[in-house]
Formats: sequence, C-alpha cells, structure tokens
Amino acid sequence: MSVRIGVLALQGDFAEHGAMLGRLDAEPVEIRQPSDLEGIAGLIIPGGESTTIGKLMERYALRGPIQALAEAGKPIWGTCAGLILMARDVGRCQPLLNLLDITVERNAFGRQTDSFETDLEIEGISGGPFHAVFIRAPVVRAVGPGVQVLSRLDDGTIVAVRHGRLFGTSFHPELTGDTRLHAGFVEMARHA
Amino acid sequence: MSSNGAVSKNTETVKRGLAQMLKGGVIMDVVTAEQASIAEEAGAAAVMALERVPADIRADGGVARMADPEKILEIQAAVTIPVMAKCRIGHFVEAEVLQSLGVDYIDESEVLTPADEEHHVAKSGFDVPFVCGCRNLGEALRRIGEGAAMVRTKGEAGTGDVVEAVRHMRRVMSELRHIQHMRPDELYAYAKEIQAPLNLVEEAAELGRMPVVNFAAGGIATPADAALMMRLGSDGNFVGSGIFKSGDPALRARAIVEATTNFEDSALVAEVSRNLGEPMVGIANSSLQPEEMLAGRGW
Repeated sequence: MSVRIGVLALQGDFAEHGAMLGRLDAEPVEIRQPSDLEGIAGLIIPGGESTTIGKLMERYALRGPIQALAEAGKPIWGTCAGLILMARDVGRCQPLLNLLDITVERNAFGRQTDSFETDLEIEGISGGPFHAVFIRAPVVRAVGPGVQVLSRLDDGTIVAVRHGRLFGTSFHPELTGDTRLHAGFVEMARHA
Repeated sequence: MSSNGAVSKNTETVKRGLAQMLKGGVIMDVVTAEQASIAEEAGAAAVMALERVPADIRADGGVARMADPEKILEIQAAVTIPVMAKCRIGHFVEAEVLQSLGVDYIDESEVLTPADEEHHVAKSGFDVPFVCGCRNLGEALRRIGEGAAMVRTKGEAGTGDVVEAVRHMRRVMSELRHIQHMRPDELYAYAKEIQAPLNLVEEAAELGRMPVVNFAAGGIATPADAALMMRLGSDGNFVGSGIFKSGDPALRARAIVEATTNFEDSALVAEVSRNLGEPMVGIANSSLQPEEMLAGRGW
C-alpha cells in the first residue's frame, strides 16, 4: 500500500523531493499548515533557505505539530536547510525545531562558488558510494549523546546524522537520481 | 565510513541547484545593508544588491552600472541568505569583479544599461552561476546555451505594472506546452524559428518545463501580483522597486513572501493584503514610449 509522506512545502526544493517519492511506492503530501500533517507516516524538510522556511513555520504555527510528530515516533528527515531546522544550535538566533541534539554551522564551506559534488560512504546504505551534492551547505560540528554519525567527508567533517527515526543530511539526495536514501526513509515510515 | 570521491566544484548541478533551493521564494532588490536585513527578516530567500532600484534608475536617467563593490560587501556582511548582484549585459569584466567579490549569483540584467549590443557574457566559463531575463522561450534557451543556470521573465522593471511580467510568463509557459506535442522534425524547424539551440529545445520538450528554474520579475508590486505569477507557472518571484518604494517595506515584503508560498490560498492572500499601506506609485506600461521599455534590451 502506498504510504503518505509529508514534504514541508513553505519554500525550497520540495517538488524535487516529491518527484523522488513518486518514483517509490509513496505518495508525497505538500505541507503548508498544521492540518496538512494529518495522516502522514513521515516528514521530509527540504533544501531551501532555512531562515525563510523557519519564519514561515513559525508564522503558520507548524513548529509544535512537527515536534509532536517526532514524539509520536514518526520519521523526519531534513536535507540541508532541513538539517539546520532540525538542529538544537546553529550559532545564531533563528526559528529551529530542536529535534536533533547537534550543533550546526551554516554555509560552512563558504559561498556558492565553494559548493561541490562528491561521493560518500553512508552507514547503512549498501551498493556503493552515494553521489552527494552540497550547495552552500551546513555541516554538523558537534553531536550530543545518542546521535549517530552516518557519514563524514575525508577530513572528518560530519555530513549525515541519525537519532532514532530522525535524520539529517548536509547534502541533497533529491538532486541526484539515486533513490536509496528516500527508499530507506519510506520503508521506515511504512513500519513506524 | 570515509568518503572516497574527488570533489568537483562549479558543475551545472551545483549552479542550477542553488536556484532550485530558491524556488517558492522571493528575491528582493536592496540598495543598503539595512534594507538587506529587513528583507531577510521578512523571509526573503535571497537579495539582489544594486545601486539604485529600477524605479530610481527610470527617474534619474543616465547610465546604470554594477553597484559599488563596497556596498555589495556591506550587504554580504549583513545577511546569511544568498546575495546576488547585477552586471550590465555583455560586461564580462563587471561579471568577473562580482565573482571575485564572492556573490552567490550574477544577474546579467537589462535593468542596467547594456555594455554590448551584440554579445551577452559567455557565462559557462564562470565559476559563479548566472540568471538572465527572457521574454519568450527562444530568448531563455539562448541564455541557457550561453551558460545561464537560472532564468527569469523580464516583465518591465521599475513600473509596478505587472502586465509585461504576465505577458512574458504566459508566452514562455505557452511555448513550453506547445513543444511537448511536437514531432522531432517539427522541433528542428521550431528551434530554427525561435533561434534556440536544438539540444535545449529537445530537452525542454522532453522535460515539459524549462531546463532550469524560471522566476518572474518586472512589475510585481502586491501580494496578489506575486500569487498571480505563481499561478501562471513561475517558480518564484523577484521583487524590485515594489518593496522599498512602498509605504511600509517590512510589512509588504512579508506579505509578498506569504502570498508566494500560499499562492493558491486566496483567503490567505486577502489576509496578508490588508492594511499594507501605500504601494509604489507605479507607471502604467501603456504610457511608456518604446525607448523607455527596458525589456527590449538583450536579444
């Protein structure tokens, strides 16, 4: 049976996540207000501008309901801006969900001309390296107890984390043709 | 658990990718660091740093050029969202200067006075991505062929009159719908007719959309204007003079951001449109002389 996965659709590349879900046995649901969250099995917070998404999330009172979704054990996955929004601390004042006990540095590689692509080994993802696209990307500088590191760059920089059913990636799997991470997330949501 | 791949920078994927991250958002023209902070606080997805907003360029006349680098650096220091800046059409040295300042995107813009009446900047050779204006599909695909990683319909900047933005977006979307039903031999002939690279015409026909992100621009002044452009198929909105030439920029900026996100929710557009104060005064496009139209610059 097709599983309904919410994609926060306030700003950013939510359509790209929707297209990835459409290639799997999942039905993407665009989330703009709290009532849209009803009946979803998991939530993806897309790439975009974290300040824009955060302000709109606050404006439409989505923060509490998303935190409640996490407490109810539903999987949530943030990519890039989504990772920032899920963090506890990003070193500046902006609306956050505080779902992952991590410290994040925004724009950690510099400006757009420092954006890049590379291949990564990701814990739990078999079948060879995962092609990862980093765009004005954040990185995880510190993780709290219980947070598992899933992937690092060669220099040790943390770019993917997990805590239970909560996931964060610095990069954008939705910009590649590789559905492995989305497929794993959908399976987890189906059984959550 | 270590990565083993080489790092590639400045690829088409990362250039086009930043534009994908801006989708559903509003990019606001700003001329000072203070305005940039107001824009960011209102929820802008990016800011466009320039010396004068288009309405003032129109009013003041004279040659409009790239902004003072000092001003761009101040704006970059003031915000964490991407900072774009405009160079004159064909002025590849202004583009190199902007790249050296570390701007996140360059707009090769008809709003500034063109530096070259024959050649656009050869954009593929740059590390920084470019956005360019278009009035129709052929113009958009020519710019993408030169290396633009994002396009925007031109509209008519600095007027507060949305009619040209609507004309250009409708034209582009209609042409994209049209080519999806063409046979291969018709695509060859059509590429020639619209003077666009064949491979890009074929790509757009196959995708059923523009190969890169396409925003609307030029005359958007109200939340309803912003929602209208989204309803016509835009991926997001550039707002120039419409915000900082209005009575209450912070309030209007926030309202335009909300209308761009919730473009199908008329009740919400109504709610955010209440008591916004004075909109920018505006100039009806029908009152402009042909030589006063900026959209005719570039080809």
